This record gives sequence, C-alpha cells and structure tokens, in this order.
Amino acid sequence: MSSEVRFTDFKSDKQPTWCPGCGDFGTMNGMMKALAETGNDPDNTFVVAGIGCSGKIGTYMHSYALHGVHGRALPVGTGVKLANPDLEVMVAGGDGDGYSIGVGHFIHAVRRNVDMTYVVMDNRIYGLTKGQASPTSREDFETSTTPEGPKQPPVNPLALALSAGGSFIAQSFSTDAQRHTEIVQQAIEHDGFGFVNVFSPCVTFNDVDTYDYFRDSIVDLGDDEDHDPTDREAAKTKILDADKEYQGVLYQNEESVPYSDLHGLDSNMADIPDGAPEGAMDLVREFY
Amino acid sequence: MPDDLNWAIGGEAGDGIDSTGKIFAQALSRAGRHVFTSKDFASRIRGGYTAYKIRSSVDRVESVVDRLDILVALTERTIDENLDELHDDSVIIYDGERTEMENVEIPGDMVGLSVPLKRLAEEAGGAIMQNIVALGAACEVTNFPIANLDSALEKKFGDKGESIVENNKQAARKGQEYVAEEYDYEFRYDLDTTDDDYVLLNGDEAIGMGAIAAGCRFYAGYPITPATDVMEYLTGRIEQFGGEVVQAEDELSAINMALGAARAGARAMTATSGPGIDLMTETFGLVATSETPLVICDVMRSGPSTGMPTKQEQGDLNMTLYGGHGEIPRFVVAPTNISECFHKTVEAFNLAEKYQTPVFLLADLSLAVTEQTFEPETFDMDAVEIDRGKIVDEDEVESWTDERDRFQPHFSTADGISPRALPGTDGAAHMSTGLEHNALGRRTEDTEIRVEQVDKRNRKVETAEEQEDWDVREFGDSDSDNLVISWGSNEGAMREALDFLEEDGVDVRFLSVPYIFPRPDLSDEIEAADEVIVVECNETGQFANLLERDALTRLKRVNKYNGVRFKADELADEIKASLQTEEVQA
Repeated sequence: MSSEVRFTDFKSDKQPTWCPGCGDFGTMNGMMKALAETGNDPDNTFVVAGIGCSGKIGTYMHSYALHGVHGRALPVGTGVKLANPDLEVMVAGGDGDGYSIGVGHFIHAVRRNVDMTYVVMDNRIYGLTKGQASPTSREDFETSTTPEGPKQPPVNPLALALSAGGSFIAQSFSTDAQRHTEIVQQAIEHDGFGFVNVFSPCVTFNDVDTYDYFRDSIVDLGDDEDHDPTDREAAKTKILDADKEYQGVLYQNEESVPYSDLHGLDSNMADIPDGAPEGAMDLVREFY
Repeated sequence: MPDDLNWAIGGEAGDGIDSTGKIFAQALSRAGRHVFTSKDFASRIRGGYTAYKIRSSVDRVESVVDRLDILVALTERTIDENLDELHDDSVIIYDGERTEMENVEIPGDMVGLSVPLKRLAEEAGGAIMQNIVALGAACEVTNFPIANLDSALEKKFGDKGESIVENNKQAARKGQEYVAEEYDYEFRYDLDTTDDDYVLLNGDEAIGMGAIAAGCRFYAGYPITPATDVMEYLTGRIEQFGGEVVQAEDELSAINMALGAARAGARAMTATSGPGIDLMTETFGLVATSETPLVICDVMRSGPSTGMPTKQEQGDLNMTLYGGHGEIPRFVVAPTNISECFHKTVEAFNLAEKYQTPVFLLADLSLAVTEQTFEPETFDMDAVEIDRGKIVDEDEVESWTDERDRFQPHFSTADGISPRALPGTDGAAHMSTGLEHNALGRRTEDTEIRVEQVDKRNRKVETAEEQEDWDVREFGDSDSDNLVISWGSNEGAMREALDFLEEDGVDVRFLSVPYIFPRPDLSDEIEAADEVIVVECNETGQFANLLERDALTRLKRVNKYNGVRFKADELADEIKASLQTEEVQA
C-alpha cells in the first residue's frame, strides 16, 4: 500500500489554527512528506505531541496519535515504539516542551536511542501563552516576563544531544521545504533516535528570530562538500559555534544500534494469549 | 492459634541479615512448615540496626506477634532492641569471641549460647559464612533436620558453584555440632516437619508474577522503596515472555512510557511508592480522559514527603482516590494479603482493559517485604482469565466510524465503553488527547459534547459497579454484633486477632475489603452491628471516612501510624479496648 500513499493522506480534515504564516505549517508539511516518502501510511504511524502550539500537530495530521502532558511526549513515544516496533513513531514538540519542562526526558531519550524521530519546532518563544521567553530565546530578548531579556544563555539543544551520545543530530528551516523534508526523511531512516531541531518562526511574538533572520544567516551543510556528518569532532565544533545557524545533518553515527535491537525486542507486545502464558507455572515453581 | 516458633536474626545493616533470614525461611518452607516473615528496621537508638523475623508453624501463619523465641544477635544492640519480645524461655545465639560481644549480659532466665561464629566460619572456608554457622546452631536448638537448610543453601548459592555450596553446608554443620557438643541443654523447641511443598514469596514478587500471568509485557519504573522488588522481579523474567522493563529517568517518564505502551496495545504497568505517585499524579488525568488501560501500582510507605521510607503506612488511599486536578473515573483495588497481590494484579489488568481506565493497585510495605508460604495451587495459572474488553479488528472498524469514515475512539455508548482500535489496525487511525474531546478524540469546548463525554466516562464506572463482583472477604462470627472492617495488609493480623479475641470470649465479625473504589456497600452490615470498628494504618482514618459517608454514621477507629504494622496480639487488645469505649470519638 505504501507506494500509493501520498503525503496528503497524512493530513487530517481539521484546519490548523496556527497563526497565518506560522513556521509550524512548513514543519508539518515536511514531516508528512517525509513519512510518505519513507513508505509509511497513517495506519502504521503514531504521532506523539506535547503541549504548546506545536502540540496541536496531532490534530492536523492523520495517523494514530496522542496529544499528551506538557513535556512528556518522548516517554510516551518510547513506550509506543518499544511495545510495537512495527509502528513508525514520530514525536513532535516545541522548544518549551522539549528543552524546558521536558529537557530531562530529552537527554535520556537521546541516550536510550529508541528508533523514533523527534522533531522540535523551535521558535525561540512561548507562543501559545502569548509571548514569554523560552529556553532558546536570546539573552537579551525582551518579553512580558523578561522585560530586560532572560539574561541567561540559551539552551543549545544540539550540544545537549551530542553530549548525551546522540546518534543523529540535525537542524532544518521550516520554510526550506525541500531540505527540511530531506532531513526529516533521513532522521526517519536513521537506525535510532533521529533528532531534528527545526527553525519554525513565530510571526506573532518573535520579531528577532524571523524568517528574514534565518534566511540571511542559515549555513546549509548540504552545500559544504567538506562536511562529513560522521565526524563527531567536526560536529562538535560546528554545534558549539554560537554565531552560526546550520541546516543539515550535523552528526550521524553510522554504527548506531537502536534500543530494540540491543534488547532483542522484535514482537508486538499487544499480542498476548487468552490466559496465562505458556510456562507461567515455572514462575510459581521458582519460589519452592 | 498456631503452635508457632518466632525466630529472628539481627545486626547492623550490611551484615547480610536479609539474605540469611531468607535462607532460614526457605529451609523452613522446604521442611513443609508455614512461614511468615517481617523486616524490622526499628531505630530506637540510631540508624543501622536491622532484623529479619520469621514466624513459623505447621499451621498457616498470617501475622507477626510480639514474641521472640530464638534470636541470633550479631550485635549487643540486637538484644536491647528486642527486649520487649524476648521471654524467659528465649534462646539467644551470639558470638562471644567478638570483642564487642564479650561482655554481653543475657537478660533474665534466657539461655545464651555463645557460638564462635566467625572462627567456625573461617574453619569452613571464610568469615563471610558466619551467619550460616548461626543457622546451623539454630537447627540444633530447634531439633530441625539440617538437610532442609542444605536445600535452601543449594538454592541460594547453586549458581555460584559447588564448592561455595559445600563450604556453606560445612559452616552450618560446624554451628550445629558446636552447640551439640558444648551445650548440654534440653531445648524446649522442636520444629516438626511435614511432607507439604510450599512456595515462599513476598507481595512485590506476587504482583510481578501476577502481571506476567495477566499478559503485562511492558513495565517502566523508577527504583523506590518498597516497590523496587516489583521491578527487580520482572527484570530478567518478563523478557522471557516477550516483554521489557525500562528504568526511566523519573516517575514522570515512567508513567508516560507505560501510557505509551498501553496506547500501542500492550498490557502495561508502573509501580512506585508515595514520592513517586506524587509525580505520576500529573498524568492520571491524561490516562483517564484518553481512556487508556493502565495499571498503576502504589506500594505505600510512611509519608508525607520522604517520611519513613522503610516503614509501614496506609496513607495514600486519598491520593489514589482523589489525586489529580479535575474529576476522573478510576478504580482503586487494594490486595489484602500476599496471594491476593497476585490475583488482584490479574484482576487490575482486566478491569483496566474492560473499562479503559487507570486502575490503581494499592499495596503496602507490609505486603511488599513479607515473605509467606503458600500451596503452589494458590497461584493457579490455568485459572487466569484474560478479558481485553472492546478491542476491534479491521473488519469491525467500519461499524464504529462516522459518516465520513472516521473511527470514533470515544464514541458515547450505552455502557460508556467505546471501541478500541490498536495502532496498526487498518482504517482506524485516530488521535486522543488530554484536552476535552469529541468522539473522534479531537479537542472541543462544545458544552453539550463536554457533558456527553464526562457522562460517558463516568458511565463506565456505573457499568463496572453493576457487572463486576466487588466482594468483601469475611472472617470470624457472622452473627456477631461486633463488626471490624479493614483494608490492605491488616487482614492477616486481624484474622489471628480473632483467635485471641475468641479465647477471651469476644466474638467479632470481620470484613476485609479489597476494593476501595468502586467498593461494596457495607451500609447494611454497619447498621446491623452494635459496634463497628475500622482498622487501618494511618492517622486520619481515610477508609473509615469513606465508610462513614457511605453509611451516614460514625464509626470507631483503630489507627496505627508509628510505622510498624499491626501485630495480632496487639490488635486483639486494641479491639477489646475499643469495644469497651462508650463514645465514638469525634
């Protein structure tokens, strides 16, 4: 069936309520295209969404989905994927969901290397609550709760992922449809935790990290013939360079072994017998 | 009243108290004797003291009592800690060659047996086996066939190689022979053996075994006393049945992982204790409104906050019943003894899937850390029934779609239970959310749909109240005017307290309630009795408050919240005192 699947099959009949021009439109379109390109269909795809503008994505896409608690999307995705390895699991969130309330889960999800894709719509602002500083906001970014700016350095999510042993670390720009789709597609195809931080501008509350800003500053690694995504040291240098906004796969460990393979999980845990499993009486005998 | 022996080993934490005690319990079980164990972390002086106590009889034992017959004291403090329970016929085994034990005074008429545990252990191959020497000495004191201890040692050390096993057997014999040769006492203890085969397990293990039997394949948890044993039991076992245990980074993650696995269609659970259940509260509402079947086990310990982590309490009833903002349907099931930990776990999984709700399995520390013997048939795997509820396959999807062929996971049915399509089912892709939603699982703030969905979810509880048996377990004299009600692990102590009370001419009807919500309506039983006493291990009487509301009356209460479980003899005295009290205290 996969050959017949078109990306619009992943579109629900619900019209998004994102602000006109929101970066999340482009982010979502790329996700849908990448899912279709990789041979998935809505009935074998599970999307987990957190809270925030990004969290609405489960409603606008057509697939199995759960829109959960703020910050816990990655644990939910982990449970889904380990329980049924046949499902394509895509976790979506924002910079608040993933790098603030959920940052603890982010680091451990990276370490765990479950074979799923994590797309973060990073707009460097809290949009749904109408414009407060996010963990990726600039130090001097003035908002209603930080009138003089946060006065703290922004979180560097790529660096967090690299230091936690990330096996696929990438960044894209939502409006660059072709590159964004390619990168998400590579994340899906990666054996392990495919992490993509997506510049997904907020046109309503962020007048600093705008489309124009990103268009002017993006450095696309796809244009850099010398870039070797398997070179972790080179990736480190780029990731720690605060002056550059890279697009592309910064790092990929080609030797990555996903959690399910390491732990020998290959069956759908939903399939259980009508009674106690065969051999269950041995569990009792153990207590003699 | 069982003709029982009460034995203990005590010393400093790190002295191998638990594992030694467990070996002796195993030996008694192998000999066809019943065993009921408890762990004593009492701290009257300072931290560090720990003891493992065994009550054993050829008859069933359901509780601990305030009497200690044989004590292996690795430290002088062990004797001090147990003075209340020791009596003139008690035997104390200690190593008089240890510097700190040289001047030990044996109280009263008790028999003190100084056995050079360390020296004999070294002779057998290593000082590490000194506790085993003490077990050999205990065998001699109790005229207990040492072959049973051999068998327990084989089980314990079998995978470490034959020489380790042989050395331990040798160490035990050295202790036995030393007592036989050096002491010419006629000990009054004589441990009979039977041909019965028992299994020996604790409540956490019973919960874990119940989970595997019920088809649970996914467990996520974060280690916490006293629930860790559930996780440790499942680790290495659930994998054999195609499952997985994940150690999460915290309880917030653990419950959400389990939720994810359950959304994918696996039977999933998490287990924790007070501080962990606090964190998990965040997700209760999502589990309930997304109508995800999930078993959440809370093995209660003393709270609040960090409280007394190794002490008994039944303080989380309100937490599991009311925890979380907003109003959500949920079930709360509280096993009353160790074998029920198994059966109620199986039941919890069926309730969760039949009604697509969170089910709280509310156990307590006394169940978790107690090892008890059972006939193996108690855990009859052939009798395990699995009811997965309204799961629809791809052929049935069509009958649950709307006019635009969209599957409706929250369709409002007459019984409140909606169809459930597992991910991967063709044509049924759908979402759910913690936002109020319509039948499609999509967000809505439509006032009518809101009411419809709330009513639908609550209707599941009504359906369950009608369809399921919410039984009570009844003991004692059913015609008595004195009614005692308890929940959770108090059942064992109360059952034995009935014997003490009967000896004193006090008849009591005892109802042990394993269901907190929904729960049996005991209004008639309460009204029919002259005296009603509710027994529980907390200060405010959380269960008594529920029963008072159900029956619109005031009830007497026996509460204990010093961190130690009820003992049978103590409870009998409390019941008698309460019956003699005129007024119900406000």
